[in-house]
Parts: sequence; C-alpha cells; structure tokens
Amino acid sequence: MSTNTLQSSTSPARKNTLTSGQRPKWLVPVVMVGAVIVGAALSALLGFNIALWAIFAAVIFLIAAPIAVTVIEGGRKGSDAALTYVVYAAFILAVIPLISVIWTVLARGLPTMSVEFLTETMGGITGMVDQRAADSGEHPPGGALQAVLGTVIVTFWATLFSVPIGLLTAIYLVEYSNDNWLGKIITFLVDVMTGVPSIVAGLFASALFGLMLGPNTRMGIIGAIALTVLMIPTVVKATEEMLKIVPNELREASYALGVRKWRTILKVVIPTSISGIASGVTLAIARVIGETAPLLVTVGYFERVNLNAFNDWMATLPTFIYQQLMRPVAPTAPDPSTDRAWGAALILIVFVMLLNLIARLIARAFAPKTGR
Amino acid sequence: MSKRIDVEHLNVYYGDFLAVEDVNINIEPRSVTAFIGPSGCGKSTFLRTLNRMHEVIPGAYAQGKVMLDGEDLYGRGVDPVTVRSMVGMVFQRPNPFPTMSIRDNVLAGVKLNNKKISKSDSDALVESSLKGANLWNEVKDRLDKPGSGLSGGQQQRLCIARTMAVKPDVVLMDEPCSALDPISTIAIEDLIHELKEQFTVVIVTHNMQQAQRVADKTAFFNIEGTGKPGKLVEYDDTATIFQNPREKATEDYVSGRFG
Repeated sequence: MSTNTLQSSTSPARKNTLTSGQRPKWLVPVVMVGAVIVGAALSALLGFNIALWAIFAAVIFLIAAPIAVTVIEGGRKGSDAALTYVVYAAFILAVIPLISVIWTVLARGLPTMSVEFLTETMGGITGMVDQRAADSGEHPPGGALQAVLGTVIVTFWATLFSVPIGLLTAIYLVEYSNDNWLGKIITFLVDVMTGVPSIVAGLFASALFGLMLGPNTRMGIIGAIALTVLMIPTVVKATEEMLKIVPNELREASYALGVRKWRTILKVVIPTSISGIASGVTLAIARVIGETAPLLVTVGYFERVNLNAFNDWMATLPTFIYQQLMRPVAPTAPDPSTDRAWGAALILIVFVMLLNLIARLIARAFAPKTGR
Repeated sequence: MSKRIDVEHLNVYYGDFLAVEDVNINIEPRSVTAFIGPSGCGKSTFLRTLNRMHEVIPGAYAQGKVMLDGEDLYGRGVDPVTVRSMVGMVFQRPNPFPTMSIRDNVLAGVKLNNKKISKSDSDALVESSLKGANLWNEVKDRLDKPGSGLSGGQQQRLCIARTMAVKPDVVLMDEPCSALDPISTIAIEDLIHELKEQFTVVIVTHNMQQAQRVADKTAFFNIEGTGKPGKLVEYDDTATIFQNPREKATEDYVSGRFG
C-alpha cells in the first residue's frame, strides 16, 4: 500500500503537518456533556423539569460548541460548525411532534385494537352497553368496521375520479400547451385549487348535489366528489413534475421512428415516468384519506356498514373519530368512546403509512431497469 | 430502398429568427454526405428539416422545397409522421427507450405504431436489424435485458438498428460519434460504409477526419457572425473540399485557420 510506504519513509513520531491546528476529536462530545450538566444545574435553579433542561442544554451547546471550534480552528470552521449544529437542532425540533404523535396514538390506540374492533360495527352499542363496559373496566364494545370500509370506498371513488382528470390535465400542460394562454390559466387555477380549504370543497360538493337531489342529501359519492376536488391539484402537480423530467431525447427518438405524438406520450413518456406518477397518486390519496370536514357535510355518519356509495349516509374513519369524541355513546361514561377514537386514529395512521410504503414499492417496481 | 434528396431555396426559421438561409443541395441515393462547419452554423438545424424533426420545437418552420425522389416533403397536406417513417434519424447521444428490452427497442418503430407482426417475423426483423448494425453477436444472448445496460457505443448501434428496423429510405445522423470512444467510433464508421449500400446517409460531424473517412461528398456550412443566418458555403466531393476547395472560408476551416 502506498500509504504504508509513505509512513515508513518518515519517522513514526513525526506529526503530519497537514493535520495540525485541528480540534481534538473529543472536543465536541465534551462540550455536549458540559452543556447537559450546566443545563441541568440552570434548570434546577428555576425548578427542574425535563423540557427546560433540554432547552437549556441545547442553547448552551449551540453557543459554546461553535465558540470552542472558532478558538481552535478559526472563523470559517467556526461558522461551519454553528450552521451544522443549527441544522441538526432544527431537524430534531421538526421530528419531535411527529414522534410524539405516533407515540401517543400507539400508546392509546393499541389497547383498543382487537379482532373485535376491526370486525364489528357500532350497531347495537347503546349508552347502556358502554356504561356497563366503563363500570366493569373491560375492553370497549363495538368496532370501526363500517368506518374502515367507508373510508376505503369513498377514497376509491375519489381516486377513480381524480386520477384520469389530473393525469390528462398534466399531459395537456406538459405536452400540448407550449405555455400558451390556456396552459397558463390552467396552471394558475390548479395552484389556486391547491389552496382551497377542505371544508369549502365539501360545501361545493354538498351544494352541487343539494341542487340536483334536494338539500341535505348525503351519500358516499358526494364525499368522493369533495375529495376529488382536493386531490386533483396534487395529482396534476405530481404528474406534471414527472412528465417534465422525461428527457426530450426519448420523445424525439420516438418521433424519428414515425410514431405519432399521442402514441409517443402513451407508450414512451408515460411508461418512463409511471413510477413517479404512481407514487405521486398514492401520496395524494394519503393526503385526502384523513379529511374530516368535507366528509362530515357530504357523507355524514352511520353506525352500521353501508357499502353503497350511491345511497344513504356512510361512516368513515375521520368522522368516526369525530363522532366518538364529540358525541360519546354514553355521555356519562365517555371512556369507551374515547378509546374507540384512539383505535380508529391508529388505523388511519397505519393506512397513511402503508400508502407511503406502497408508493415507494411502486416507484421501485416500475422504475426503468438498468440490469445487464 | 434508397432515395435522392433535392433541396431548393430552403430557409429555416425559429420564430422570427432566420437560422439557415437559402440552401440548395442535391444528395445522391446510396451515398454518404457529411455536413461540416462551426457550432451554431445551422447544419444540425438543416439536417432536422430533412425529416421535419425541427418542427418539434415550438415556433420553428421552414420555407422552400425538400424533394425526396421528386416528392416535396413540405407540400400541402404532407403528414410529418409519414415523412419521419421514410427518413430515419440517429441522435448525438444514444437514446434507447429505458423501459424496453433490447429486443423491444429494435421493434419500437413497429410496436409503438401498434402494427401487428407475427412472432417469426419479429424475430427475423430483430436479427436482421441487429446484424445490420453489427450488434447481433454482442447481444444475441440477452435480447430480453434492458437496452440501457449496454455500453455507449452498443447503445448507439442499438439506436441505428432501431432506425433500420422501420426500413427508411434515408438515414440522418446528427454527430452520432461525438459521445463515443475511438473504438466505438470506428465500429459506427464501418457501419456507415455498409449502410450506404441500402440507404442514403447524411451525417453531421465536427470531426473532419471522420468526414474524410466516411463521406463521398461534403458540405461546408458557415455563419458570418452571431445573429446572422447560417449558409451553405460549398458542396463538393470530399476530396475536393479537403484538398482543393474553391472558397477561401472552406480552406481556412478545413486547414484549421478558422476565424
């Protein structure tokens, strides 16, 4: 090895001058430990609690560590260290709420989780049943099957409506509009649509069907329309980005073979970008699956299973949670209802995480292969 | 099949900008013609007007006549898609379709157009096209592997095989070797010599040795300055252009005294 010969040619005791003036490896960990200790002391002065301790320790470290580095290595390395630690701190701050939510939902939702909870509905669960369960402290009766099925049905219809519309819009924008006035208007409207509050989408769908079928009509399909309004901009944006990164060379290669434009888009551009489109669509689904407000005003709530999206009220997971929390089955003993709400919240989070996982798997499965 | 190309008074525009001015050129069938000239002189633009590929760019259009065996490519009601199936094109960077296998890449022109083709016919077409591109022996055992797994030179020959599979009359090549190493370049140049038995070949190149090695005739394009249109300065036998050109500009360019 060349490094070995290099080292043996110089005396082993001699220090490499290229590494002089660097901080010792133990410096930053020692500053960190010191910050933790001083932080503990300071927080003890003000009345000890863990949050205060963490804040003091973090602030002291963020000030002390860059100063220590500056003293040894100079200003450039010092500001590098300062920014690095600030970025880490910001990341940790951003992750804390996420971990906290997952932890709380797991802790409160897991005890409710059971085969019963997943296979039964709220049919026949009266205030008396709940009161008895609360008094004896047993597993909350009833289940969320109707809500799980309702969420799947409503989301399925919403996906069925929004994906073709979103996909075709994105194809028009990228492949045909050439930035003409229509393309610019559509892009602007899609951007505006991204910011439409979800309750407004719900009111739109509700009012639309209210005009056609009479006021206060509620059924699964109306909720699906409301979710479609929310999904379309997400699908358009995701697909647009994916279509834009397909290299123009592939389109030209196809044109040069005498292939028509629409066939080129269908057989070359879309297959090349399908992995990104599919994961974008999956993430769009994950975004609307937890919508509550638009479903409350369009789908309502129902205690039993209703598989027909074209007739009658239907339960969904978000409205199930809302219902259990705001209108407990037994107003004098709300605990079983609260437990069921946490259980449903856990199912919803698992749904969203599964969708994210599926998006990754789809992206990998469809990605252009490079094997030899 | 191989067809002759006659261009009369062709002007090419990008929007208001005149990119290539008044080109007149006659290209014989079963010959190799090289376009040389400095960057930005419009030789690639002109090449792309020969199969109406420049129209892909918004705002680009051409005026004048491009006759393929006497039929005007820019005549009324001529479909650019038909033109492109008769005049094939190989690009500067190898661009096999990443989602397709080697086999499907060769059959792309047939399959993308949804033409029905029997298994035996398609096998024969794949074999003859790959053999024509001198690639058959290297890939015959892995036809179902993705085309993007090949080396750059192999990918470029795959693109040539793909172009030949649609049986065009003319093959246009836009600097086909500029992204390749010398060995792959020689493989492509050998291939160009064989291609001219069947096709009319037009090649744009920055490599003057390459033009001398492969081309029967050479056309020199030049530009007077930025913002000015490119022009065809001289078009003659390759030997004449490189040894005894009529124009001073041509001599300066081919001898390296350019600018």
